[in-house]
Amino acid sequence: MISLTPEQLLFLLRGFGWTIALSLLAFAGGGALGFVLALARVYAARPVRTVVMLYIKLIQGTPLLILLFLTYFGLPALGLVVEPLPAAALGLSVYVSAYLGEIWRGCLEAVPRTQEEAAACLALNWRQRLIHVILPQAMKIATPPTVGFMVQIVKNTSLASAIGFVEMVRAGQMINNATFRPFIVFVLIAGLYFALCYPLSVWSRRLEGKFDVAHR
Amino acid sequence: MSPIVEVDAVCKRFGAVNVLEGVSFQVRAGSVVAIIGRSGSGKSTALRCINGLETIDSGRIRVCEQELTSPRLDLNRLHRDVGIVFQSYNLFPHLTAEENVMLAPRLVLKLAGGEQRDLAARVLSQVGLADKAKAYPSQLSGGQQQRVAIARSLAMKPSLMLFDEITSALDPELTGEVLKVIEGLARDGMSMILVTHEMAFARKVADHLIFMHRGKVWEEGPAAVLDAPQTDELRQFLGNGL
Repeated sequence: MISLTPEQLLFLLRGFGWTIALSLLAFAGGGALGFVLALARVYAARPVRTVVMLYIKLIQGTPLLILLFLTYFGLPALGLVVEPLPAAALGLSVYVSAYLGEIWRGCLEAVPRTQEEAAACLALNWRQRLIHVILPQAMKIATPPTVGFMVQIVKNTSLASAIGFVEMVRAGQMINNATFRPFIVFVLIAGLYFALCYPLSVWSRRLEGKFDVAHR
Repeated sequence: MSPIVEVDAVCKRFGAVNVLEGVSFQVRAGSVVAIIGRSGSGKSTALRCINGLETIDSGRIRVCEQELTSPRLDLNRLHRDVGIVFQSYNLFPHLTAEENVMLAPRLVLKLAGGEQRDLAARVLSQVGLADKAKAYPSQLSGGQQQRVAIARSLAMKPSLMLFDEITSALDPELTGEVLKVIEGLARDGMSMILVTHEMAFARKVADHLIFMHRGKVWEEGPAAVLDAPQTDELRQFLGNGL
């Protein structure tokens, strides 16, 4: 700490802020798309289900770094120039959507079929069955893996440094280039990541307990 | 008056297995029909066909003035007229007893908040569970859960109730409380079809008995058919002491 100037610390903290912002963007974008993918995987007509499955397999089989290169370097080649932040947010969202889509598909399918049948027999339409019967139960199942995956998102945002987005790792590299104190800089960064991720897992466990009240 | 349920020469296949092979029977409005038979005789499938949970391969089913084979069938309307209670209760675990009961009246019948609560209180007390309104399914015994499931169906004011082996998953000492509720419904003139293994109960509450065997209606008639079975199969079925 002593070896870093207040300006450098502030610069690192700003990077920390961008890491959080990028994580939130990736989770929001990836979550929205992932939710649609999960619904399509479970309820859509067979051709749509197949297309969605192929998309998920394709994205899951591609390194995140390549997705980021594609959005940052690839889109301009198609005549669409993007800044590092939107490029990183887009690449991460695509990546996250494939994983959350698959996690949430499993959660939707984990709700017993008989629940939907019972709701249908009470004359609830598909939307009502989904909102009032399936989703509340699926969300409970989805909480631990989702928050667990949020930890992955937070850590994966560090790859955005490779396309020049100044989040925490990029900020750390720049400070290190100026100070040549890699140990203190990167331990500090590791500590900040931990400070971000650990509460997430605690929160996950707490949510699990809260949702579980109905099942005791 | 035309029957509330008309099943006519219905066939149903699951893959290579013929589950129903030309089943026909009728249910008069206000009467109680019990369907008995061995496991695999097609009785539960017949029940599920009546409220459209299974489609049929041939034949004709008419329920509450609706043709189930018609391409214009409105399943939602059918489900408003026909209530069903399952062997495994299928209560919504994330909702209290009262919320389970109020869900469909709120969403489908669009009742106001006060009306929903009055209705829930009425049907829950009808099944003897007025004091359990705030309990979650996991806090209730099997018999209590099954009675909530009955209340949940009754709240939609169905014209016909179907019961699919609703006491089969219950301990013997809990079946009585559920059967008592059904007896009450029979006294009130509710049209009902019960698939059941409770022979003594079927004899007591049913106006008409249907014995199914190998996907066919093998024998039927008033409860007295149990005292003088005409076929060897029914005799054997009864003789096995269930």
